[in-house]
Amino acid sequence: MVVDVLYLIAAVCFIFALKGLSSPQSASHGNYCGIAGIVLACVATYISVGISGAFHTLNTLIAIAIGGGIGACIATRVSMTDLPQMVAGFHSLVGLAAVFVAFSTCFAPELFEIVGLGGVFQSSLVEMGLGSAIGAVTFSGSIIAFLKLDGLYKGNNVPVFINAFLLSSIICLLTYFVTTECTSAFIILTLLAFIFGATLIAPIGGADMPVIVSMLNSYSGWATSGIGFTLHNDLLIITGAIVGSSGAILSYIMCKGMNRSLLDVISGGGQSNSSNKSDNQSEVSRAYKNGSAEDAAFILKNASSVIIVPGYGMATSQAQHALKEMGDIMQKEGVKVRYAIHPVAGRMPGHMNVLLAEASVPYEDVCELDEINRDFASCDVAYVVGANDVTNPAAKHDCSSSIYGMPILEVGKAKTVLFLKRSMGAGYAGVDNELFYAQNTMMLLGDAKKTTEDIIKAL
Amino acid sequence: MDYCLRAFFNHFNDLMFMHMAPMDFPECASSGIHGITVFVLACFVGYYVVWRVTPALHAPLMSVTNAISSVIIVGALLAASQNTHGLSRIFGFLAILLASINIFGGFIVTHRMLDMFRKK
Repeated sequence: MVVDVLYLIAAVCFIFALKGLSSPQSASHGNYCGIAGIVLACVATYISVGISGAFHTLNTLIAIAIGGGIGACIATRVSMTDLPQMVAGFHSLVGLAAVFVAFSTCFAPELFEIVGLGGVFQSSLVEMGLGSAIGAVTFSGSIIAFLKLDGLYKGNNVPVFINAFLLSSIICLLTYFVTTECTSAFIILTLLAFIFGATLIAPIGGADMPVIVSMLNSYSGWATSGIGFTLHNDLLIITGAIVGSSGAILSYIMCKGMNRSLLDVISGGGQSNSSNKSDNQSEVSRAYKNGSAEDAAFILKNASSVIIVPGYGMATSQAQHALKEMGDIMQKEGVKVRYAIHPVAGRMPGHMNVLLAEASVPYEDVCELDEINRDFASCDVAYVVGANDVTNPAAKHDCSSSIYGMPILEVGKAKTVLFLKRSMGAGYAGVDNELFYAQNTMMLLGDAKKTTEDIIKAL
Repeated sequence: MDYCLRAFFNHFNDLMFMHMAPMDFPECASSGIHGITVFVLACFVGYYVVWRVTPALHAPLMSVTNAISSVIIVGALLAASQNTHGLSRIFGFLAILLASINIFGGFIVTHRMLDMFRKK
């Protein structure tokens, strides 16, 4: 009874943790609620098991201390640019933990009170198998996502039939396991799920990465729920369901931001345009205006409103602090400076917002796509920092383009576009951007941070 | 939203009293549907709560959901704390270790991010 009440309170704490995120002011209270929830859940579990000997308690505490130490080390050292990798890495741990718990239940079902007269309950077997399989997919998928985000692995094309084959054999093995209770079927099932996770994520890449990160977030929730069903633990079911739906909503928002269906993303549709890419590159290089930092500073000085559009280029060059400094100088001179963030800018949902917050850009100056898009027509300068695909006008009128239909930031409507970019190459989606060659665009090639610092000097 | 929460809590009350009833045949029809009921209602709660999160805080949302999904440590603690089967306990031990990396890492990094949003 006490245990159930504690679990209930923990579940409510988790709900408040997410509710707190509805505004930046209440968010850190939410985080404390989440911590309280986890602590309560652990205490409740400890009470329910009873203190079963000092040796086990010691073991548990050692495990928590080692894990906590590693976690704290990673979390305090990681830079905000590397956030997507870290989150992907952490998802993999939840997946693997789910697999371990499922194995543990499989080897000692009597511990978890899921054994009836005729052996382990069939429903428990289904849940165990599903929990383990989803956990395994989450683990290997997240590892692949981590390697891709970290630039260690470029990705391979996996034929669809391999995935279909793996998925159907997992389902067959699951039915076999449920009917025969055969442990080796369970082990093979989990191993296949590990492979399936890797082949599922390997072909997906580029601009679809934010969707993948949030999808894996969702999977880690479903895995937790699956284990909750096996253990008849409502707290796990509730938490898993909340996390799962959260990840699903984020994936939906990301997909909408790119005007793609989730199925499209999962089947690796982004890769199919690799052939278009070479066509685009075969075009003779077109003339574009290349400017210097002094020119840009001159234009910025004479502007009365500036919209800064950050993209992944800002993250890689760590330009956010320089941008903030530049914005401050201009604001002092009475220029209206705002920031426009596209939902899929960066490599994970909300990535740009965190980086700007790191440079202490006020929350009010940062605008979402819908809020600011019509203001581009009336602004003097759009200052684009390595945001290529999300500003590409091809998405509006070129039906053959792979990003056609994606809502974009209409920077081309500004009087002048200052485009900071490392080189004239195509963006992550592999589509050439005609904005580079527009009359009102000035390209500032080079490292975004260095260019911005040069502009600050010239201002 | 309110209605949903209320239904959710009512359900929780049912659940507690159910546990007090004698559990002679735990795999009766109600225990199967019980978990699914909790699951579906929790999905709705998640749906409404997450839609209200401001887009600016989507990154902390991901890291905090990541941290709370490591509540799977509950299962790991159950597995590790009993002494019938050695293998089962080793898996439990490993799961505790992984989950606690996640708990500490997830909450600390969320805290770091939110701190950045707070300072003005």
